[in-house]
Amino acid sequence: MKMPLSRIAHTRSGDKGDIANIGVIAWLPGYYPILLREVTPARVKDFFGELVKGEVDRFELPNLHALNLLLHRGLGGGGTVSLRTDAQGKTLGAALLAMEIDVDDGELTD
Amino acid sequence: MIRIANGQGFWGDWLEAPVRLVDGGPIDYLTLDYLAEVTMSILQKQRQADPQLGYARDFPPLIGRIAKKLQERRIKVVANAGGVNPVACARAVRKAAPGLKVAVVLGDDVLDRIDDFLGKGFEMRNIDTGEPLATIRDRILSANVYIGAFPLAEALATGADVVICGRCADAALVLAPMIDRFGWTADDWDKLASGIVAGHIIECGAQCSGGNCQVDWQNMPDFANIGYPIVEAEPDGSFTVTKHPGTGGRIDTHGVKEQLLYEIGDPTQYNTPDVVADFTSIQLEDTGPDRVRGSGVRGGPRPPMLKASISYDAGWKASGTLVYSWPQAIEKARVADRITRQRLEQLGLRFDEIHSEYFGVNACHGPAARPVHDPPEVQVRISVRGSDKRAVDRFTREMIPLVLTGPPGGTGYGEGRPEVRQIVAYWPALIPRGEIRTRVEVVE
Repeated sequence: MKMPLSRIAHTRSGDKGDIANIGVIAWLPGYYPILLREVTPARVKDFFGELVKGEVDRFELPNLHALNLLLHRGLGGGGTVSLRTDAQGKTLGAALLAMEIDVDDGELTD
Repeated sequence: MIRIANGQGFWGDWLEAPVRLVDGGPIDYLTLDYLAEVTMSILQKQRQADPQLGYARDFPPLIGRIAKKLQERRIKVVANAGGVNPVACARAVRKAAPGLKVAVVLGDDVLDRIDDFLGKGFEMRNIDTGEPLATIRDRILSANVYIGAFPLAEALATGADVVICGRCADAALVLAPMIDRFGWTADDWDKLASGIVAGHIIECGAQCSGGNCQVDWQNMPDFANIGYPIVEAEPDGSFTVTKHPGTGGRIDTHGVKEQLLYEIGDPTQYNTPDVVADFTSIQLEDTGPDRVRGSGVRGGPRPPMLKASISYDAGWKASGTLVYSWPQAIEKARVADRITRQRLEQLGLRFDEIHSEYFGVNACHGPAARPVHDPPEVQVRISVRGSDKRAVDRFTREMIPLVLTGPPGGTGYGEGRPEVRQIVAYWPALIPRGEIRTRVEVVE
């Protein structure tokens, strides 16, 4: 079943230079395996398209049922150099909530 | 157990927050984080204009306002309000609050040692791009090393009521009181890492207590009176994040997780001057209303290099906006963008970048924005940057004429021509720890 990422996770995003970071947190521990399967670096890069010029790295935090995504060259130069309204990537986490994921009915245990 | 509260997440944060932390219930330490990455360059310019400036000017009047209560309740303050002139900041605090003992931590400012470092063969390559510092040597505006919590704890040990530093690791402000009170040493890696994690959680103020939090934000209690965070730190390193009773906001594991993941890189290697913390070891639990306990944090030896934050002049930029109304608002705004770019080209102006956004369509999320159909209005924002200030200035005269020379329905130019702004860019680099000597001075 197709659904937006917001169904199983919440996010917060920020910057380190020209790298945007997005923390993705599963609403329930049981959703963490879905994050691992569905929120892959390739799909995140594809979702943001031209907004992210570099690679996407993914780190796992199983203790927090969360992922940390690094979007390299994702902020148009970053900091004060970037000409974007959202030069610090504050809203990119919210954008990712709309990414479509594929989940089986049985995986949603709530 | 000691209570450490953070009342300021950046310079410009809510002015009432530190006062409310002092008034709202028991705390032992009040930390205030004033310095964002580019703040130092602004302060450096202020100091060049007036040798008595170059620090967070909000700080001395704040201390004056709360001085009596700090003394009555024996609350100590640790703040990086010193910017590039901690001694001048300390003197201003002494003036505003003559009864308080003030100590400063010096040694983070390395602006006048850059050539010395380059001469020793330290290239100070940009951590992000790999370029050597020599490429921007003549454009450097400020250079400061992030210092750790031990020099701050040394300053607390003088018995000072207020400890002021310049550039330090944000979380070190929170770790320093734990080192001072619990006697932790440089190889207490797990405890130091735990203190850093607690510091990371509260260093952005209310961003861990309900602010900017996606979790059921529509039902967030009393945003207007949001409670700033307090860490109850234990000698074994474990801690509880909470806030004063009766304040707004919310503290639960979901919100704390959001903040833990905020602006981090590899979670197993959270580097600070005092310790490398492993964020994948943190155990969190909800232990009561607005109470989250953290424990189990593991740490490793401090890194041999310290991070420096160097700011430099990187040219000029300007942004101009116009609003187009229905019908065909998006199409009109796009035509206005095309006309502007064509006119800039006809003038022979060169820029490093021209960037266009459409508010109401894609300004925040770019190509990932959800599609919009026939909105009532759209604001186009065109921005340029480059090293030629005259070219950027000429651009600022190209937007308003579109109202009479472009598509119909253009408005929203009431604020006049855009402003040309200098770009002060940030250059992160590494310097061997042995090059940096901090010292503590009590300012009488």
